[in-house]
Amino acid sequence: MSLRLFVPQDTTSCASGADAIAQALQQEAATRGLDIELIRNGSRGIFWLEPLLEVEQKNRRLAFGPVLTKDVPGILDALAADATTHPLCQGLTEDIPWLKSQQRLTFARAGIGDPLCLNNYRALDGFKGLEKALQMSGQAIVGEVKNSGLRGRGGAAFPAGIKWQTVLDTPSGQKYVVCNADEGDSGTFADRLLMEADPYQLIEGMIIAGLATGATQGYIYLRSEYPKAYAMLNAAIERATANGYLGQAVSGSDRAFELEVHLGAGAYICGEETSLLDSLEGKRGMVRAKPPLPAVEGLFGQPTVVNNVLTLAAVSTILAQGADDYQGYGMDRSRGTLPVQLAGNVKRGGLIELAFGTTLRQVVEEYGNGSYSGRPVRAIQVGGPLGAYLPESQWDIPLDYESFTAAKAMLGHGGIVVFDDTVNMGAQARFAMEFCAVESCGKCTPCRIGSVRGVEVIDRVLSNKDESDKDRDNNLILLRELCDTMEFGSLCAMGGMVPFPVRSALDHFPEDFRQ
Amino acid sequence: MSDDVDVTNITQQFSGEPGALLPMLHAIQSAYGYIPEASVAQIARALNLSRAEVHGVISFYHDFRTEQAGRHIVQICRAEACQSMGSRQLEAHAKESLGIEFGQTTADGEITLEPVYCLGNCACSPSMRIGDQVYARVDNTRFDQLIAQLDETGITQ
Repeated sequence: MSLRLFVPQDTTSCASGADAIAQALQQEAATRGLDIELIRNGSRGIFWLEPLLEVEQKNRRLAFGPVLTKDVPGILDALAADATTHPLCQGLTEDIPWLKSQQRLTFARAGIGDPLCLNNYRALDGFKGLEKALQMSGQAIVGEVKNSGLRGRGGAAFPAGIKWQTVLDTPSGQKYVVCNADEGDSGTFADRLLMEADPYQLIEGMIIAGLATGATQGYIYLRSEYPKAYAMLNAAIERATANGYLGQAVSGSDRAFELEVHLGAGAYICGEETSLLDSLEGKRGMVRAKPPLPAVEGLFGQPTVVNNVLTLAAVSTILAQGADDYQGYGMDRSRGTLPVQLAGNVKRGGLIELAFGTTLRQVVEEYGNGSYSGRPVRAIQVGGPLGAYLPESQWDIPLDYESFTAAKAMLGHGGIVVFDDTVNMGAQARFAMEFCAVESCGKCTPCRIGSVRGVEVIDRVLSNKDESDKDRDNNLILLRELCDTMEFGSLCAMGGMVPFPVRSALDHFPEDFRQ
Repeated sequence: MSDDVDVTNITQQFSGEPGALLPMLHAIQSAYGYIPEASVAQIARALNLSRAEVHGVISFYHDFRTEQAGRHIVQICRAEACQSMGSRQLEAHAKESLGIEFGQTTADGEITLEPVYCLGNCACSPSMRIGDQVYARVDNTRFDQLIAQLDETGITQ
């Protein structure tokens, strides 16, 4: 029997050298006359161990990582004897504490097998949610999603079931399900990981959304920065269609659901749902005024479900395991699990799926194991470029939507970026405004002009080194007023939330504006 | 060159589909390396849009370029996770060693340097992308190695 080896084909794995490891394994095995079966699985999201090589032994997987090409012969030698003594051996993958202590629902399958293998997906409970949904009425599916307490994982945290109810209740000849896969926030990669490791789960969730609301056409709007996810989704859709899961008769039923991937073109604002819809329609990605809500007048003016990748994927689990099970995780109004993405200056970054309620400190210290540089952690930005920078006094806030809002911060899509003490918070505040100036759609003035003025004012503050200067103080007042104008006057969350990182820098790190 | 531009094959392939403009522009850019000026009128005709509308879409999105780029597109991530790991220094080093700013192409036509805001590789920052390949934990030395490999082989491994 051949030796089964697993080397992920994920973006981060390959960016860390996984392709070279795969090649080295093939060559080395050929030289030795060793019979191997090399499987390019998805990643488990243990990115600090990538490239992670797994070796199947007695139906269990032994993990090695991070593996360099030069380690390959040594690992193959070790496998002939006691592999656990090899310095890179992490023991059984499932027992790695970083992974074992997680509560993986959405990412339960990630990294286990070939992402495109339908048999593998079915063997790991795939399409169970769809089977149940096919036996239920649209209203019953919507009810199940409502009961689960699932809220939009893209950042806005709107209850998914209520959105679906609106689409179900709005009569129309054509409805749509649109998956927002324009994951543009810095520090986030959960959508990408899921699409590259477990694409059928997203497809299944979208079909269920179609069955629930009466939509027969789905689109995945994917950012162009994710070429691997694009290839993976297209291949998965092709296989799902060939096997009858997509098309005119979903799983042999009388229900139809077609699915297509559309590529974005490098505009951050297209992650905002109305801008995304304009972009899907082939226009400039301009934000629309709401109402009308996309659930009533969305894509091409028709009722449209717009949900994030993780929201739609979670629906597969919710239908398969029941709303009560999912509802059993979490705290207060944040139910279920949050796939946290730990990134930036941290030793052990990656995908950490946990029930809502863990504190930021637990994630960064227990999972992250401190900063990558070894220096003290100074600031943590949560929720992407529109999220606040949190000082140490706020690290004990539980990861829960309402708790973050109360702290003038936001959980967003669950991205956590760690900064050590070399960070200049004045420069970070400036970047927030600069990013908004680059990415604003330009429709509303507070965002379009405010962000440019914001950069200018911060530049004046930072270039003014005189501690007692009145000009600097006046400019700081001006900056706060500008933040108020942007927050209350902008059309969407882009201009409306850029004040969060700026104000948090001013509030918690004022010394960085006096240098 | 632009006199020879004929994108009829591409426009015909997409023009019946809803929301055809972005897929069409992606296909044209992938065929020509940029969106030739001469194709704008053809796209407009195929989709029953004004040329101004097509121009408006091309200029809105960072991905679409209206001039030929270098043989390799090198993108450096400027977003926060990469900043926390030293991408500001990497950006400065890249500009200095290539002798160009963002949006410019080296004099030999080899490399176009672009900013990018997140490649989804944030747990192993700083990140850069050459073509469709993303690279993790890129410091100045690694950057120089990757660029040197480009020069030698034309492709990078």
